[in-house]
Amino acid sequence: MPTRGGTAVVGAAEMVNASGRIPELSQLGLQAGAAIAAMKDAGIGPKDVDGIACVGNPAEVAWYLGMDPPSYVDGTSVGGCSFMLHVRHAVAAIEAGLAKTILVTHGESGKSQLGRAGFGGGRQTMNAQYEGWTGVTGPPSMFTIPVKRYMKETGTTEEHLAAVAVAQREWAGKNPNAVMKDPITVDDVLNSRMIAYPFRLLMCCLVTDGAGALIITSADRAKDFPTKPVYILGTGESVETPMVSQMKDLTRSGAFRVAGPRAMSDAGITHKDVNHLMIYDAFAHLPIYGLEDLGFVGRGEAGPFIAAGNTRPGGKLPLNTNGGGLSYTHSGMYGMYALQESVRQVRGTAAAQVPDVKVAVSHGVGGMFMASGTIVFSNERP
Amino acid sequence: MLQRSKKSGQAYFPPRPFFPGDPSQEVEWFQASGKATLLSYVINNRPPPGFEGPVGLCVVKLAEGPTMLTNITDCEQTPEALILDMALELAPHTVNEEVTLPLFRPAKGG
Repeated sequence: MPTRGGTAVVGAAEMVNASGRIPELSQLGLQAGAAIAAMKDAGIGPKDVDGIACVGNPAEVAWYLGMDPPSYVDGTSVGGCSFMLHVRHAVAAIEAGLAKTILVTHGESGKSQLGRAGFGGGRQTMNAQYEGWTGVTGPPSMFTIPVKRYMKETGTTEEHLAAVAVAQREWAGKNPNAVMKDPITVDDVLNSRMIAYPFRLLMCCLVTDGAGALIITSADRAKDFPTKPVYILGTGESVETPMVSQMKDLTRSGAFRVAGPRAMSDAGITHKDVNHLMIYDAFAHLPIYGLEDLGFVGRGEAGPFIAAGNTRPGGKLPLNTNGGGLSYTHSGMYGMYALQESVRQVRGTAAAQVPDVKVAVSHGVGGMFMASGTIVFSNERP
Repeated sequence: MLQRSKKSGQAYFPPRPFFPGDPSQEVEWFQASGKATLLSYVINNRPPPGFEGPVGLCVVKLAEGPTMLTNITDCEQTPEALILDMALELAPHTVNEEVTLPLFRPAKGG
């Protein structure tokens, strides 16, 4: 197990705006823009970075930035939580001496579609052969498939799903960079356009452009940087299945149940230590699954927990305080933006700042319950 | 047709030339019962070309154990008609000489 707090985020930057569009930058331009901003935050330049991680081609980004050939390269690509895995691998690499200063960067032209390779594979792929032919049209009609089962087994209702969107819109209203800021009600959500029953438009994430980057180094070196270190206490990762229909249990994520508990036990924390929580919300059921699979609530309690206001501003467990993928931004792979909000909350610089955040958990999903990654941050080194 | 372990009889899906988790076990094809139940679904309001109107994307649990994604035919594609745990039976749909899709329909006579 890596040392608790043995590494830290010393640079962080995000490129997200309220229009959801950054039409002047290609995907590579976004990756580089966020990377340069994060390096500037850390007071360093490309020549000071000896490790790189991104989804896509790390060589392209490293060369484009003008880095010297790095001693550590990570191109892990398991969907939107890939950046949690990049952080986890960076922690291990720094502890093992593979690199000293690692850049994790992400940029995605999800809305403008500039310089972006298409999603999906050919007809020969397993997903096409065993799921594609049934009439699926991407995540809104796929990621949502398990939820009817969850609702039947737990008594969770469409009103509970709507309450997730309502709570997060309230957070988004406090965030100038959120795309959707106007308050909404449960009725607004339940009256919005049907996308894939039981999921309506306001239960589905945005599609935007965006970018974000982190600089990670050892805690010992962190004091040499100008920023307040955000220590990494524990990390977790896992994968379950590339096809949502092949989940072992449609009402539980096997990947969540490895990544989350591992991160928290490595961090040496319990649920009551967590002051701030991010759970990747591509759709309204993700925070519900996440709260339950990570053990914050018991079986079937997550919907009522959110509907009762516990995750809203002023609630006892502030959740998705940037507004989340539902209301803040979602460029396709959202995990980086969850990490950025966690880092801001621990630094004390978030738009909707929660008082006295000591321990923040950032939990990501990749694909459709395919993968997961969890990071525990703190402002204190144990 | 499904595959199973010769040793334990445990069925698995999708097919592959080895038993998942223990490649040392011999595997074989066998004739499945065609019986299943409806485990979960969404109704895609905007399906791709080739589909007429909203289509239920249904995870069914085969009597032999594995789950698979399919469509339920001979059935309204509505929440009122698609009832979780309803009994289903195989309704093979021939696309062409090479491809037959494993659709399901509500079981007749239980």
